[in-house]
Amino acid sequence: MSVRRLSPNQPASFTFSKESLEQAQWWISKYPAGKQQSAVIPILWLVQKQEGWVSEPAIRAVAEMLGMAQIRVLEVATFYTMFMLEQVGTHALVQVCGTTPCALRGANELLAHCKKRLGPKDHRSADGKFYWQEVECLGACSNAPMAMINDYYYEDLTVESFDKLLDEFAAGRTPAPGSVTGRQGSAPEGGPLVLIDPSLYDGSRAKPIKSLPNAPKPTKGAKEPAA
Amino acid sequence: MVGILEDKDRIFTNLYGVHDWGLEGAKARGCWNGTREMLKQTPEWICDQIKESGLRGRGGGGFPTGLKWTFMPKAESERPHFLVVNADESEPGACKDREIIRNDPHLLIEGCLVASYAIRAHTAYIYIRGEYVHERERLEAAIKQAYEAKLIGKGNVHGWDFDLHVTHGGGAYICGDETALMESLEGKKGQPRLKPPFPAGAGIYGAPTTINNVESISVVGTILRRGADWFAGFGRPKNSGIKLMAASGHINKPCVVEEAMSIPMRQLIEDHFGGVRGGWGNLKAVIPGGISMRMIPAEEAEVALMDFDDLAGRRSGLGTATMIVMDKDADLVRAIARASYFYKHESCGQCTPCREGTGWMWRVMERMATGEAEMKEIDLLLDVASQVEGHTICGLGDAAAWPIQGLFRHFRHEVEERITNYRIGKPHVQGATLAAAE
Repeated sequence: MSVRRLSPNQPASFTFSKESLEQAQWWISKYPAGKQQSAVIPILWLVQKQEGWVSEPAIRAVAEMLGMAQIRVLEVATFYTMFMLEQVGTHALVQVCGTTPCALRGANELLAHCKKRLGPKDHRSADGKFYWQEVECLGACSNAPMAMINDYYYEDLTVESFDKLLDEFAAGRTPAPGSVTGRQGSAPEGGPLVLIDPSLYDGSRAKPIKSLPNAPKPTKGAKEPAA
Repeated sequence: MVGILEDKDRIFTNLYGVHDWGLEGAKARGCWNGTREMLKQTPEWICDQIKESGLRGRGGGGFPTGLKWTFMPKAESERPHFLVVNADESEPGACKDREIIRNDPHLLIEGCLVASYAIRAHTAYIYIRGEYVHERERLEAAIKQAYEAKLIGKGNVHGWDFDLHVTHGGGAYICGDETALMESLEGKKGQPRLKPPFPAGAGIYGAPTTINNVESISVVGTILRRGADWFAGFGRPKNSGIKLMAASGHINKPCVVEEAMSIPMRQLIEDHFGGVRGGWGNLKAVIPGGISMRMIPAEEAEVALMDFDDLAGRRSGLGTATMIVMDKDADLVRAIARASYFYKHESCGQCTPCREGTGWMWRVMERMATGEAEMKEIDLLLDVASQVEGHTICGLGDAAAWPIQGLFRHFRHEVEERITNYRIGKPHVQGATLAAAE
């Protein structure tokens, strides 16, 4: 459990932008009629994409949109740690993974560097450009250590390459996400050792299959009618 | 050749994203081939084939997938059936489903269609963790392609009306538990539900639901294409098949790779992961699954096989087969203390043993890591860990206790040594203070 409270500094109001509203309707349409509450997490995420964080007026607006009690939306916003409950940096939200697999490969140095360069965690940096956090496993352990900066993953970091990334963001640019050492996805360093058989990719596998192995002789009416 | 599995037998042929992830590329690699034939068979036949293939759930539980599908009601009622794919991959160490989603999404989509037909569902949701933004975008794009090609959707070429939607979470590990995931999908806090009722009876929206891991679903199409006996031919009995495996930590080349089950752990590490940093002799311990699995020391890692039963016999578990390797420079106590912090952070707060226990265990582990703790606290910690384990609604309490138990089972002497060393040369033993005061 982590204690998460709304920020004491709240804006007076919140309105959905046209794009957010369209996307919110698209999310609602994914769920069965009357189950629009299911869209609350995606819609809060849209709010965060629009404003940078989730404010109290926004929570009220989402509750109204989905016909939910405000407390239910507040519960969701405070339960899920991806929702930022206060204003974040103007240029970058830096989330460094500090969990064991990353820690074994040097995440602690990244965290120390963040502290040195950007100030205490869970705060905006002095220039207002950055906001950094130590987060729990982001699920890219084979590319550890890594950080998520504004939604995308930057992997195989060292303090030097991480510092360069921060320079880029500070200058208002967005470097290409992925491995900073140029690794191909999660392939081993130096290139894949497997998946090198060319016959996998020559299209021979697309040759139509006439009958499946172990399939019984086709009988009419075996298939259920599509409802 | 490296490893055991040959390239011709690999299911995820675009694991590293070298080739086209899109529909054309996937079709050229054999995806969506024969899907129509599969849906001409009965759902029972599909369940039987998956049962015969020996496929066990790839999300860590290891429950037979085909058997799980047969728990669904045999006929549709007024309550529609649902398939939910668990793509909330959040366990430290686990990073395999991400590769499927971003590089081979069509295998997942095809698997969703076939599995939905097998459980008589017309709607499926893929619940992906919120942080996988790129992966979600990729998956949405792939689903759009499948809809446009009429492979899925209403009136598709396969003759089984089927809608597939992506939904996402908000960064809560607990939503990887199937009942918490259902709560989250319904737009609530991700707090697990009591079972029974089981999801096959009452899952999302109170309707019969089957929840499977991404990898379990993604291999279904290929199993049916190539035959259950082909898949069952890998690995030891009851542990058969092919599995994505991964490594992180102190190895030379961390990566994700597909291998045959029951591959010796040492061969896996040396062939695929470039060996342990500083050579095999420098190995100290391996956490074989995600971090919740108990660690095994180097001498056991030497002979361990990567399958469910062998590792369970070593009081550990296969989990997701995504290992964390630690060499002799690793501070095991610190590593497990960080894991305890993770569980403290991710506890949903519903059950008291876990809510209070994970925080308590983390604070003690922190003191163990510095050596500040008392010697007798070791037994107290293990006692508390065993009281958290098995006394919570979901498995998070167990998962929080296991890493600690694994550490003390094999490396208790290290913690004791640390506690002793902390006190050497420090006149802060209680008895000494009292003597001086008199």
